[in-house]
Amino acid sequence: MRDRGLILAGLLIFLGIISVPVWYNLSSGKIPVMPELKLPASARECVAPISYMKTSHMKLLNEWRDQAVRAGNRTFTAYNGRTYAISLTATCLQQCHEDKAAFCDRCHAYNGVKSPNCWDCHVDPKLAQKPLRRVAATQTGASHDLR
Amino acid sequence: MIFDRKSFLRISGLSLAAFATRNSTAAFAGASRNEGTPAADSASGRRLAMVVDARRCLEKEGCDLCIQACHRSHNVPAIDDPRHEVKWIWKEPFKEAFVSEQSEFANSTFQDKPFMVFCNHCDRPPCVRVCPTKATWKREDGIVMMDWHRCIGCRYCMAACPYGSRSFNWLDPRPYIKSLNAEFPTRTKGVVEKCTFCPERLASGKLPACVEACTPKALAFGDLEDPNSQVRGWLGSRFAIRRKAELGTSPEVYYIV
Repeated sequence: MRDRGLILAGLLIFLGIISVPVWYNLSSGKIPVMPELKLPASARECVAPISYMKTSHMKLLNEWRDQAVRAGNRTFTAYNGRTYAISLTATCLQQCHEDKAAFCDRCHAYNGVKSPNCWDCHVDPKLAQKPLRRVAATQTGASHDLR
Repeated sequence: MIFDRKSFLRISGLSLAAFATRNSTAAFAGASRNEGTPAADSASGRRLAMVVDARRCLEKEGCDLCIQACHRSHNVPAIDDPRHEVKWIWKEPFKEAFVSEQSEFANSTFQDKPFMVFCNHCDRPPCVRVCPTKATWKREDGIVMMDWHRCIGCRYCMAACPYGSRSFNWLDPRPYIKSLNAEFPTRTKGVVEKCTFCPERLASGKLPACVEACTPKALAFGDLEDPNSQVRGWLGSRFAIRRKAELGTSPEVYYIV
């Protein structure tokens, strides 16, 4: 154990070098790159508290799906008593998040969450305005895993 | 009283027998009750049906306003290849649509005329019986509904349906949709689809898209359980036939001839 000092010093230097990015960010006081999400321009509140939507929007959407299709109930009463039409396109996209690509897709891409298969069928209203062939071209990426 | 081994065995044996009888009677009673009731549950008070006035429908030759309205509002792809075609409403010549109504010397008024055919929303739907995932089921108001989220594309329902009312998406349908309606989803490759009597429109008090689009007023839609409904009025005043009713599916699309 004659080299204890050398080994410990070497380890410390090694740890210092590999953690440089962390020290750099901490000292510069900047938060590392976050996705720039386009928040709704008109709507001030969501169908559920923001913290719930951040963690559990997928659960809410699954519940909406079952309510609308299986139970035939197409209105949702929110936590604050307001009612919304249960519709991914008409409520989520057309009323609030008008730019799906700059909100849903950007955050999913940042977090490495695969784009869900909702969009294989449900229509982004922006696509509906474009001519037919380009619609097909933009969709191929999402449905590759089905082929 | 001495509770010996003999009486213990007697009492436990008897109680076991009583318990088994009670359970098995309950099971048999339940099973026979299920078999006895027809699928149409009039207790719900609704039984939605469609009536087609064939003479009025055939007045204008080549009219397909209902097909156009339906296919446009539901994003039904227009695929010409008959192997891949998808249809919710289509035209079928009388002799094909009403196979059992044939006779050699029958009135030839209708023989080759195109009849509008839909999903019959049967009271005893064979497609519902065979669906392994309950992706298709009968709603309380009589609609044979589809949940495309749950369809696994096994096509059992297509084999079971005696009317050919169901289409399978062999291809990605989106490139074949002329104008995409954002209000309604498309389907994906690998999913079965059919006419649904527009529950999304009924929910907001509208009539199905085909009924609304039919300017000759040849389609009536409503509740057969309601004696004052338009469908009951039409069916009560004139003679109507149904497609392959002899199969026992109890179809809910009627044709006034």
